[in-house]
Amino acid sequence: MPTITLAMTIKATPAMDDFLIRAAIGGIGVAAVTGPLGAFVVWRRMAYFGDALAHSALLGVALGLLIGSNTNVSIIAVCIAVALLLVALQRQRYLASDTVLGILAHGTLSLGLVVVALQGSVRVDLFALLFGDVLAMTVSDLYWIYGGGVVALALLLWLWRPLLAVTVHEDLARVEGVNVVAVQLGFMVVIALVIAVAIKIVGILLLTSLLVIPAAAARRVSSTPEMMAILAALIGTVSVIGGLSGSLQWDTPAGPSVVLAAVVLFALVMLLPAGRRT
Amino acid sequence: MAPDASTGEALISVSDLSVRFGETTTLDHVNLTVLPGEIVTVIGPNGAGKTTLLRVVLGLTNPDSGAVRRRKNLRIGYMPQSIAIDDTLPLTVRRFLDLGGRVPKGRRREVLDNVGVQRLLDQPLQRISGGEMQRVLLARALLRDPELLVLDEPAQGLDVVGQADLYELIGQLRGELGCGVLMVSHDLHLVMAAADSVVCLNHHVCCTGAPHDVAENPEYLALFPETQIASLGIYTHHHDHAHAVTGEVVDAHDHAGHDHQGDAGHG
Repeated sequence: MPTITLAMTIKATPAMDDFLIRAAIGGIGVAAVTGPLGAFVVWRRMAYFGDALAHSALLGVALGLLIGSNTNVSIIAVCIAVALLLVALQRQRYLASDTVLGILAHGTLSLGLVVVALQGSVRVDLFALLFGDVLAMTVSDLYWIYGGGVVALALLLWLWRPLLAVTVHEDLARVEGVNVVAVQLGFMVVIALVIAVAIKIVGILLLTSLLVIPAAAARRVSSTPEMMAILAALIGTVSVIGGLSGSLQWDTPAGPSVVLAAVVLFALVMLLPAGRRT
Repeated sequence: MAPDASTGEALISVSDLSVRFGETTTLDHVNLTVLPGEIVTVIGPNGAGKTTLLRVVLGLTNPDSGAVRRRKNLRIGYMPQSIAIDDTLPLTVRRFLDLGGRVPKGRRREVLDNVGVQRLLDQPLQRISGGEMQRVLLARALLRDPELLVLDEPAQGLDVVGQADLYELIGQLRGELGCGVLMVSHDLHLVMAAADSVVCLNHHVCCTGAPHDVAENPEYLALFPETQIASLGIYTHHHDHAHAVTGEVVDAHDHAGHDHQGDAGHG
């Protein structure tokens, strides 16, 4: 596999430290946003929604290459468009929600793969897109991660209270004056931003794991929504550092190693004696 | 306390309202008015359009025709029928109440004592009983200091004593706050005691008026024949759901299109 050989070459080069430091800084930046966003994904049962959007990100990459724009920008644009399409399709009653998600997730992923394949002249590292390429992170990637991450976190913070109200009971929130449509649109933008930012670390196919697993692990030890969001960010950060270290140690692919580290943390939290839970 | 029409214009007034879902007419030229300080109760069999009527009043569903007039800047406290919160969301009763908006401490204490949820504040929302949840939902509505309280089957899932307590509390709160109350119910006997005006709904308004007048109205009796038996002291139980022809339980509120006569809440 190309990434594995790449990791091995990197290990042998003197510039290894730079690669690792950039990877760790990028990974921590990503975990800091996927944690709090992941809490909402778990509360709102949107894991498959996030997964479908992540799949559509490949189409974003493909279109970005096709028209020659920055792929981060095209990922965000495609994710928002697909999110709106999903919301519209979920309002019809003919097909169940998970069926709609399945159609769009794999339809957009396949379209992305086909469009990528049609561009004979551009060499695209598909493996890196699908499973992440954390060790090839550049300084400009870091700017994107931290720039996008800060915007996403600021938006989420701004939306926090109304979004929580809508999550608890949509009609009640609406009667109490929350602009539900605006809040939901804002939330879509946050998800699209975070997907664009997180693809570098774990890739398209594993992205949802970074949303769901740290939040699920944090649930067990949290008594307020805010505590769960912060702990999810911390657990995600530890997973990134642990996964990267493991990847370096055993020459394993970085993205899957980060996800496995998160799963191990989740399992450890589950083994904790059940204390006072809320 | 009798409604006092002299205290001003109607809080809400609905005229000639119709709502259709596809081929089904859920509400058919319905009129409804709630005055300040008045308790108006909408009763009717399952699938009669009661919840849809509330949703239109709340602005959650748009009518196909007819007019809905709310008094300017009307503060509405809404108590939904039920609430299901995912177990993954760690939320105490206190946080749930705060989501409705911030309220001065003294005022908050007063409301919570009144409704009897003070001791529940630090409990996770998912761990309180059905009766406690109804009180918490009522507290959230009251904390908005509403001019109009809208309650959708407030006593749902409570035993008879709990229902009586809750309706008594609602009547008492109306007296203290002076707010209008619009509620939906099918617990007929208990509601009768706590309403100024009853609207009997089965897609259209069958009859309306003071509780005792409605209780004797032939259209009402045709809709609820079991009331006559109950008044003789014989135990009857109310069906809280309808059955489709196949015998499966169907969602009462989406189950529209009954014939008016002969549909006595048993579908």
